[in-house]
Amino acid sequence: MRTGTTGLRSKDLLGIEPLSAQEIELILDTAEGFKEVSERPIKKVPALRGQLVINLFMEASTRTRVSFEIAEKRLSADTLNFSASGSAVEKGETLIDTAENLMAMRPDMIVIRHKHPGSPKILADRLSASVINAGDGAHEHPTQALLDAFTIRERLGRLSGVNVSIVGDIAHSRVVRSNIHLLTKMGANVTLAGPPTLMPAEIEKMGVRVVHSLDEALEGAEVVMMLRIQLERQGKLSLPSLREYYNTFGLTPERLRRAREGALVMHPGPMNRGVEIASDVADGPWSLILDQVTNGVAVRMAVLYLLAGGHLTES
Amino acid sequence: MDVKKRLLDGARMRRAIQRMAIEIVEKNRGTQELIIIGIRSRGVPIAERICRLIEQTEGTAVPMGILDITLYRDDLTTIAPQPVVKPTKFPEPIDDKVVVLVDDVLYTGRTVRAALDALIDFGRPKAVQLAVLIDRGHRELPVHADVVGKVIPTDRQEVIKVKLEETDGEDEVLLMENSERES
Repeated sequence: MRTGTTGLRSKDLLGIEPLSAQEIELILDTAEGFKEVSERPIKKVPALRGQLVINLFMEASTRTRVSFEIAEKRLSADTLNFSASGSAVEKGETLIDTAENLMAMRPDMIVIRHKHPGSPKILADRLSASVINAGDGAHEHPTQALLDAFTIRERLGRLSGVNVSIVGDIAHSRVVRSNIHLLTKMGANVTLAGPPTLMPAEIEKMGVRVVHSLDEALEGAEVVMMLRIQLERQGKLSLPSLREYYNTFGLTPERLRRAREGALVMHPGPMNRGVEIASDVADGPWSLILDQVTNGVAVRMAVLYLLAGGHLTES
Repeated sequence: MDVKKRLLDGARMRRAIQRMAIEIVEKNRGTQELIIIGIRSRGVPIAERICRLIEQTEGTAVPMGILDITLYRDDLTTIAPQPVVKPTKFPEPIDDKVVVLVDDVLYTGRTVRAALDALIDFGRPKAVQLAVLIDRGHRELPVHADVVGKVIPTDRQEVIKVKLEETDGEDEVLLMENSERES
């Protein structure tokens, strides 16, 4: 009875790009089942009992690291947190040496965040453990795109045909890249907007529409994703000033009226109030920002579970 | 897989479920404190039917819940196919209630072990009982059913297929022979 069995083809989750639409749907469907676990009085299931997950965060992160850790704990996995500061990395150890030393302790999965794109792939190719990319430079952040998609699907009931506009610092955002891959695979219409200095050349080739004003981006949008200006990734600021950025691309309640009625506002966090988003929008009834955080745990549980061997049957 | 025998037709199956409903009420001297919980997936429609039958004969509605035991299974890492994880839903807390777990087939007892573990995470029932449509033997754990629709002795390589109108379009129980022999 192995026919009809579906699961993830790879032992790793390195990005959305290698996933098929069917695999994405499987993760989202599985996450629905996991959402309920977080609402129980005892928020824990024994599915990953005895498995060791190492969270290797070589770049600052609060939300993602905490979210992964909660997901791991709710699945009863043993977790170990490892960050660059205060470790051998500061003493000059290479990523591969660090990973091989960790591997000698027999983890089952490694969740990695790193400032260099491709770091998770380097580990995945060398290690027998499952590797989950929790953000690598400006490359991909697959679990963020999955939780964004889960949140949209939960509200609108579909992804196909949904008009999603993503506004802000496109050039430095791994969240955008993962979201473009995911949304286009699932049949959504993606529009990007941002200052020309923060818009990569030829990004249209990824199957998206590019506009240069916020108002154009909001026209007909059902979902608006606002992005932070990633000051830490820029040599010098590609903008005249943050005040001017707010006046041009900041999302205010007045400007949001241009979007389709009932349009939803999302932000992957951390947000800079008064730069890309007004507080009245971030805290308004259309905001899904905190739903995204809640759903992040369910989606990460689904990913961990499926990579651990939770293959599925269609019954 | 080949069909070897039709064990129960629709009418006999419905009578078996009817008798299960009566036995549950009789055993518990009424319906107070009762909560019927179906184990996904085929335990759910059977539990629904039992609730409906109890309501018809007793005139009182019995709360019904759904339990998904996927995350409590003991074979996640054996690369066996797993069903899609779906939510567990209880209409009310199970503390101090008499929980009747309902499933289609009782075989090794491992599903029931998982269900008991899952149940305990939701509260502390006064008692837990087990009602199954078919008991086919070959227990691997010390588990027994309190209410049984029909006992059917089987060989291990045989498979019992319970079909329900709600999920399969018709009511019947088939005995199948696994010809390819799963490893």
